[in-house]
Amino acid sequence: MPETILFYLFAAIAVVASTLVIGQRNPMYSIMLLIVSFGALSALYIQLDAPFVAMAQIIVYAGAIMVLFLFVVMLLNAAQEDAAEWDRRHPLRRTGISRFGALLAGLLVVQLVWALIRATDSATAVGASGDAATISSVRAVGRVLFTDYMFAFEATSILILVGMVGAVVLAARETSQ
Amino acid sequence: MDQPTLRFVVQLAIIGFTFFMLINASAALVLAERKIMGFMQQRYGPYLVGPHGILQPFADILKLLFKEELRPKDADKWLFTLAPIISVTAAFAAFAAVPWGAETAFGPWTIPFIGWTIGPLLDTPVKLGVADVNVAVLVVFAITSMGVYGIVLAGWSSNSKYSLLGGLRSAAQMISYELAYATALASVIMLAGSLSLREVVDAQKDYWFGFIPRWYLFLQPVGFLIYIIAGVAETNRAPFDFPEAEQELVAGYNTEYSSVRFALFPQAEYINMTTMSAVATDLYLGGWHGPLLERWGLGWVWFLIKVGIILFVYIWVRWTVPRYRYDQLMQFGWKWLFPASVLNLIVTAALVLYFNA
Repeated sequence: MPETILFYLFAAIAVVASTLVIGQRNPMYSIMLLIVSFGALSALYIQLDAPFVAMAQIIVYAGAIMVLFLFVVMLLNAAQEDAAEWDRRHPLRRTGISRFGALLAGLLVVQLVWALIRATDSATAVGASGDAATISSVRAVGRVLFTDYMFAFEATSILILVGMVGAVVLAARETSQ
Repeated sequence: MDQPTLRFVVQLAIIGFTFFMLINASAALVLAERKIMGFMQQRYGPYLVGPHGILQPFADILKLLFKEELRPKDADKWLFTLAPIISVTAAFAAFAAVPWGAETAFGPWTIPFIGWTIGPLLDTPVKLGVADVNVAVLVVFAITSMGVYGIVLAGWSSNSKYSLLGGLRSAAQMISYELAYATALASVIMLAGSLSLREVVDAQKDYWFGFIPRWYLFLQPVGFLIYIIAGVAETNRAPFDFPEAEQELVAGYNTEYSSVRFALFPQAEYINMTTMSAVATDLYLGGWHGPLLERWGLGWVWFLIKVGIILFVYIWVRWTVPRYRYDQLMQFGWKWLFPASVLNLIVTAALVLYFNA
């Protein structure tokens, strides 16, 4: 019973904080709320007996990526969004890029619903290879990452490397002129 | 009291004791810092409050409590209040995953000469430390990395250029040195084969040839050096104290703070120093293992001694080495420290693979 209460508590925090992220006019508050949301998600991972994933979530997202976000917002000193010039039309009625964004959001909803329907069928697929204690251990995660998902893992690392090289090229061009 | 209740009370007492020690560590470090600084500059340091000035931290705290709390007119009200709270909460919370003593049942002790035995207090031993987590290394790393938000938000919400520069520097510095820090940690984790700090400590309890302790310090000298340097940078201490470089930024991120809100920042810094030293003790110096004392169930005294030595080195470095230049800090972090830690990781991995095969 306490597990259920804790689940709903952290799930509620995650959902409310995520909703508030897009409701904020000040980007600084958006970032802080996003960190709260990540924290709540990490608590949910701990409830799922996956402490490694929970800690990785905090270290990578809340600890590193959000600090970079914060850094950029502070450097640009982004002003508060001005309510007067805020476009109040429905996203689908706007031109160009906003309409594309709305389309993507719709796709995401469809994908989520599909994934949820599918998850009820194949709930055993994830837990099939062992019980909670073995699945959550770092050893097991590492083994799966370097055997079954080797290609995805290496492809991701190359993708990140490409992004890094791109950033260095862009930054270096600016200073050489 | 029956055993489960007694056990619960003992656990609570251990948590309370840890908290009490941490609060006192920050007070004691303020005094130690000023006394050691005085010694290195050939003067006495604080001398008037109490014998040899040992009550100076209490006078400092009282003074800060009675100061007026100021907030700049254009400061962001919420984040300005939240920033010091985040700093100090992250500092305290990080220590929760650090074990500081062996398993103990509190007895049985035999009083020398008389021969009386004081029976064990508990049926089954408890672990000394707040929480025994099997990914403790990651927990400490994750929570200490949350502490940077306190400093960055303090810098941004003050709405002052010096504070903002201090906050920006802190964010850049933390991200740069976290890499080397985490890579140094990974080398030790590979040697011990566990992410649990308690298991890492217990892997170091034996001796080579019967007298050299099997500390990871001797297997990972480079890693230890990298850990200490990155730790100094992570806690924003001199020679890496750029977020509050007083010659350039007035007082950096805490320029606009006063009274208790100001006091929380140095307190968080001192507690972070203690956590860094405690984790270094667990990872490299064999934690609570040591000759003699361990036999009487006083292993945690060894732990305190080792943490104290590292903290002394922290203060020693601060009053010996001048501050780097900002570009030197980034060069050192990215071009020397990080490659060195990666090299250390690769060599360690190769050796572990060779000797385990």
